[in-house]
Amino acid sequence: MIKKLSKLVKSFTLSELRTGLKITAKELVNKKITVQFPEERTPISPRFRGLHALRRYPNGEERCIACKLCEAVCPANAITIESEMRDDGTRRTTMYDIDLFKCIFCGFCEEACPVDAIVETQIFDYAFESRQGSIMTKKRLLEVGSENTQVINQTKFEDAKYK
Amino acid sequence: MELWQAFVQMVHTLIPWLDGTVANILIILIKAIVLVMPLMLVVAYFTYAERKVIGYMQLRIGPNRVGPKGWLQPIADALKLMTKEIIFPTKANIYLFLLAPVLAITPAIAVWAVIPFDEGIYVTNLDISLLYVLAIGSIGVYGIILAGWASNSKYPLLGALRSASLLVSYEIVIGFALVTVVMIAGSVNLNTIVQAQQGGIAHWYFIPLFPMMIIFFISALVETNRAPFDVVEGESEIVGGTHIEYSGMTFAVFFLAEYANMILMATLAVVMFFGGWHSPFEGIPYLQAVFAWVPGIIWLLAKTSFFMFLYLWVRATFPRFRYDQIMHLSWKVFLPITIIWIFVVALMTQFQLAPWF
Ligand code: SF4
Ligand code: SF4
Repeated sequence: MIKKLSKLVKSFTLSELRTGLKITAKELVNKKITVQFPEERTPISPRFRGLHALRRYPNGEERCIACKLCEAVCPANAITIESEMRDDGTRRTTMYDIDLFKCIFCGFCEEACPVDAIVETQIFDYAFESRQGSIMTKKRLLEVGSENTQVINQTKFEDAKYK
Repeated sequence: MELWQAFVQMVHTLIPWLDGTVANILIILIKAIVLVMPLMLVVAYFTYAERKVIGYMQLRIGPNRVGPKGWLQPIADALKLMTKEIIFPTKANIYLFLLAPVLAITPAIAVWAVIPFDEGIYVTNLDISLLYVLAIGSIGVYGIILAGWASNSKYPLLGALRSASLLVSYEIVIGFALVTVVMIAGSVNLNTIVQAQQGGIAHWYFIPLFPMMIIFFISALVETNRAPFDVVEGESEIVGGTHIEYSGMTFAVFFLAEYANMILMATLAVVMFFGGWHSPFEGIPYLQAVFAWVPGIIWLLAKTSFFMFLYLWVRATFPRFRYDQIMHLSWKVFLPITIIWIFVVALMTQFQLAPWF
């Protein structure tokens, strides 16, 4: 009886509704937690797996030796490699394509590579304007690698002690 | 007011060859434009305020990219809607389909004709202005029902059915709640109702009619299809309700009508319960003199903005009601309370309870 009565009083004085309104009123003046993306960025782990890149040695020679381990390990079959003997007798890739639509960004290719040639960078805000754009060719991969050499070296160094 | 009379004088002197009737029609037209243009602007910036306030209440920032602090956002939205294609569903009845938004916006704007903004500032002074507001206001539902029917698609029809039954039930509640105001003021003329509330906060009607004020506000939420009673467009169940098939300008017109109605309901709440254009400092010796220079329309707008803010506040706070619970609320809770309160008010009037009667 008392319980019923108090429930009745509660609903007629809108007490629960007022509690809710009080909470939203408090949040209205609280500090906002939005991150203004292009200007501000949230911190990214060194192990972050973003866009791929092919690295070069400091002397400019490309690292990849076309062993095709990454192609074999890729669970999404995103990598396609064709190779050939170069004039100096070493084996090099003639084609190295990663289909970004297929790739699931698992990072296995990076793990598999014996010479640390293919790596995943921290770049995640990229876009392409045609369907062909989703194919990262060898040229583009090498470009990404040389443009971000500093960052890649830094993050790989930071992550190395946990591997 | 003096300004207005001077303006009328000016029209008469500038165009002396116009005879009385034509000049009067011209003046009424100008009045209508002077009313509708700011109204549309307020609607535009009300949508901006809505996104900002709700954003802030959810710890977000809201629109802030277009123009400084996002001030141009509503303009950009309007431009976007105007340039978008209007798509007609193949099996829709095009005439009804296009008539629906017109039917929605016409009453939403026409109602403003009788709202008193200040002592003597209104488009027209009807003796039955409250009845006019209720009558014209309920025509708006035809717009929604027609939109649901003409779209020839299932979800709009469901939305229209919901809207029809909701509006019918809450029209009654609003009617009864306003009857109490009429009983106290002794008039159905909005001007007289506001004039009767002269003399400071103690004379405003929200004190003797507090429960009616709450019920009126909640019913206004239902009437204007606002959260938490927006089952008519309930995105989670019936996608977009009556608005699904509308795009571009036709959708924008529905939007305008809905927001114009919201502002109208907020103004009506102020006029009926919060002393309209009267200053809250009336009757307080010192403050009254200090605030004497503020024109009544500013007070009206300030009070109205509070109610408009309340709309947003409520929307940011409460989850959507279940449809049958809204019906339950109307017929089993609000209607009995209003009827009981009518008797209470009758007794109060009988025994001359100061200072309202
Ligand atoms: S990240 Fe995974 S899915 Fe993507 S290319 Fe490397 S191995 Fe394949
Ligand atoms: S990227 Fe690494 S794993 Fe892949 S083919 Fe080249 S060397 Fe082998």
